[in-house]
Amino acid sequence: MSDTTGKSTMSSPLTVRRRKAEWRFRAYGVAAIAFCFLAILVLFTSIITKGYSAFQQSHISIPIKLDAAVIDPDGKRDPDTLIAADYASLVKQSVLTALAVPEDDKPARKHAMELISDSSDTQVRDVVLANPAKIGQTVNISLTASDNVDAVLKGNIDRTVPEADRQVSDQQLSWIDGLKKAGKISEDFNTGLFTNGASSKPESAGLWVAIIGSFYMMLIVILIAVPFGVASAIYLEEFAPKNRWTDLIEVNVNNLAAVPSIVFGLLGLAIFINGFGLPRSASLVGGLVLALMTLPTIIIATRAALGSIPPSIKEAAMGVGASKMQTIFHHVLPLAIPGILTGTIIGLVRALGETAPLLMIGMVAFIVDPPKSILEPATALPIQIYMWATSAERGFAARTGAATIVLLLFSFLMNAGAIYLRRKFERRW
Amino acid sequence: MSSANLFLLLIALGVGAYFLGRRRALNLRDAGQTLHSLPSYHGLFFALSTALIPCVVLAAWMIAAPQVVDQRMTAGLPQDIQKLDSGDRSLALSLINRLVPFVGTLPAADLQTLRAGGDRATALMTKLQLSLVEPPKAYVIDAALNKAQMISTSAWIITLVTQALAAAGFAFAWMRQVALYRARNRVETVVRYGLMAASSVAVLTTLGIVLSVLSESINFFKSVPILGFLFGTVWDPRFSAAGSAGTTGQFGLLPLLWGTFYITIVALLVAVPIGLIAAIYMAEYATPRVRAFAKPALEILAGIPTIVYGFFALSTFGPLLNQMGSSVGLDISPNSVLCAGFVMGVMIIPFVSSLSDDILSAVPNSLREGSYGLGATQSETIKKVVLPAALPGIVGASLLAVSRAVGETMIVVLAAGIAANLTANPFKPVTTMTVKIVSQLTGDLEFNSPQTLVAFALGLTLFIFTLGLNIIALSIVRKYREQYE
Repeated sequence: MSDTTGKSTMSSPLTVRRRKAEWRFRAYGVAAIAFCFLAILVLFTSIITKGYSAFQQSHISIPIKLDAAVIDPDGKRDPDTLIAADYASLVKQSVLTALAVPEDDKPARKHAMELISDSSDTQVRDVVLANPAKIGQTVNISLTASDNVDAVLKGNIDRTVPEADRQVSDQQLSWIDGLKKAGKISEDFNTGLFTNGASSKPESAGLWVAIIGSFYMMLIVILIAVPFGVASAIYLEEFAPKNRWTDLIEVNVNNLAAVPSIVFGLLGLAIFINGFGLPRSASLVGGLVLALMTLPTIIIATRAALGSIPPSIKEAAMGVGASKMQTIFHHVLPLAIPGILTGTIIGLVRALGETAPLLMIGMVAFIVDPPKSILEPATALPIQIYMWATSAERGFAARTGAATIVLLLFSFLMNAGAIYLRRKFERRW
Repeated sequence: MSSANLFLLLIALGVGAYFLGRRRALNLRDAGQTLHSLPSYHGLFFALSTALIPCVVLAAWMIAAPQVVDQRMTAGLPQDIQKLDSGDRSLALSLINRLVPFVGTLPAADLQTLRAGGDRATALMTKLQLSLVEPPKAYVIDAALNKAQMISTSAWIITLVTQALAAAGFAFAWMRQVALYRARNRVETVVRYGLMAASSVAVLTTLGIVLSVLSESINFFKSVPILGFLFGTVWDPRFSAAGSAGTTGQFGLLPLLWGTFYITIVALLVAVPIGLIAAIYMAEYATPRVRAFAKPALEILAGIPTIVYGFFALSTFGPLLNQMGSSVGLDISPNSVLCAGFVMGVMIIPFVSSLSDDILSAVPNSLREGSYGLGATQSETIKKVVLPAALPGIVGASLLAVSRAVGETMIVVLAAGIAANLTANPFKPVTTMTVKIVSQLTGDLEFNSPQTLVAFALGLTLFIFTLGLNIIALSIVRKYREQYE
């Protein structure tokens, strides 16, 4: 290292080797941490690049003649008639006219209709129902483009591939280009992703049912796991005598925290569904299973929070004559609330992302309408990700990514809340 | 009165009793008497005496009564219906249950029409929006009437019983109340028992898991011999094959067990070295600033839902490995052991690292200082002194990681294979116990067939494995901690 005689011994070959070994060992450590950062980075970039495109949805603006003779032949504007009218034929007629497809060209007509989503008739229906005065006029309605059109516009379909191997025909491409040039195609924020239920077509599939289902389940988890968890933690930490029963409960809580989540699903299936006869796929059952799964997390967090309250607080309360129960409920518990909240939120985040037990209780279901109560069938965000991830159509890949982003966003918001609470209320004793 | 309304009523009564009790105590105090307990405790004592017992009785009734009603209803069915096999019987029962909400309120004339059958009955059913294939048979109507009758009787009984109990409880509290009554002690005892009851929920959950999984497994082992399950090497639960002769080999656990452990081993090969080295760096080298930044980052990895890892493995990592393999002439399946194991390994890094971090921090500094004093470098100290001292704890941490990996579901459901292969080739797909639990139980299946019951046997195996690993791991970690305390 240096030429001064005092340090010359440091440069002996052995020392050099040992220094190098020291340096290498440190480098391993840095590499291991770097690997973790890299993993996080790769994971997030891959999911965001997969999913961001699904937040945009293309629409094709088509002038649609709301023919009174088709929609409301007797002119009474009766809602039942308006709902049941044949909007599909109106859409078809208008699309074919807009693209100037000849009457007798059957394949071209089929191709033209493939440009727009199958759910276009309900879009037109909604316009009519919202404003029946428009019947008889020709209005521009922006119809949801089909998944293939969306893919072309987002550059996900390679135009150089021969037509036979491509999912979009040359004619469709030229229509798309023509519509785009004419300014008829718009790409908007995909509100349908958040407001629609299940659909077999990617362009009209959404997360609404899943969000509602997850919300119900989180509510049930909070209502069940928090009171029971906090109560058992108070008992174990403050009241339980040292005996076998208490030991059993403690060992049990620790082990329960490590039981694979799928086993809780089996419990839900065997006891809540087959035993108590609760309905399959209901958010009530899902919430109960997740609540039991979250219980140990909350118990452990609450015990830690209670244990960190200094004994001087208790002694002071008892010194002025409070009973033990009063000491705990009036002084110790309020001081422990930030810690309890943090632990609870962490448990909730885990419950929000938990999938396996929900698969067991039949929440993998095709549900179009949002559940009105906790007894009706619902899905959950992670279940929706699972269902979309396993479906074959390309459009669902982007939706899966988008759903994952939504799920991660929810968990980050909750985590951020936990960190905020911890920062705000943390006390050093 | 419906159970929910009854509950609300009881709660309202309790609240009312609270205010009455408190008022009475306040009046006594205003009259110059010294109270033993604060007025609010007298109120609480009133509320608990009034509402607690009726609420508990009501809850028990809500669980028990439907079972009793169903049992008596089934007992009242004609002999030939009772003798039907389980499928047809449950069909008849569900028909009866569909009818129950209707017959209770139907006028006698309409019931006659329904009994008579024919077009008029069909018309009546349409009017009631009761969509059945055909007008119900007479015994179905009778049973439904019987059940509706029993349900309304049961509702009456429980309403009367709870009201009587509430009144008795209130009277009890009223008679007790004098200024010196120890209301606080009474209330606190009740709360204490309440807390104790809450803490037994965790035990009940474990009990529920064990009982449900065990009883269904026993059902499974009635149709498939236990040895054939444990030592069978073929997993092929075809619906046609089951139930016929020679099905013993069909539910062989070994391929699933092998798949589970193979993926776990790959995951550990990733997670233990990286997690351990990261923990060493953070515990021994990192400055507080680096630590404050790196520790939460690792916690992010632990906080990501496993379905997200699964989706990543399915959509990105599997295809990537497949391409990399084909570019060097290797045939790597997109759902290979390597893919699922590697992604799972990344997932369990934080478990290993945070536990190891704690354990390394618990090694007393005197050991390190002694080593430095002998002239060892920092890395030599870690390798020769700290790690050997921390080894038991690290083994415990790794065992916990194993139990986590064995029970992990979503990554392998999405990223591992479906076919149960007994292969040692890391580029081929294998399947795991959790994958098979999911695939046997999703979809509409007859619940009592061995095909679905096997999921519970697999669940039992999984439960026993993870429980064993956890108990061993926790006892190792605990012993290790005690060593340095």
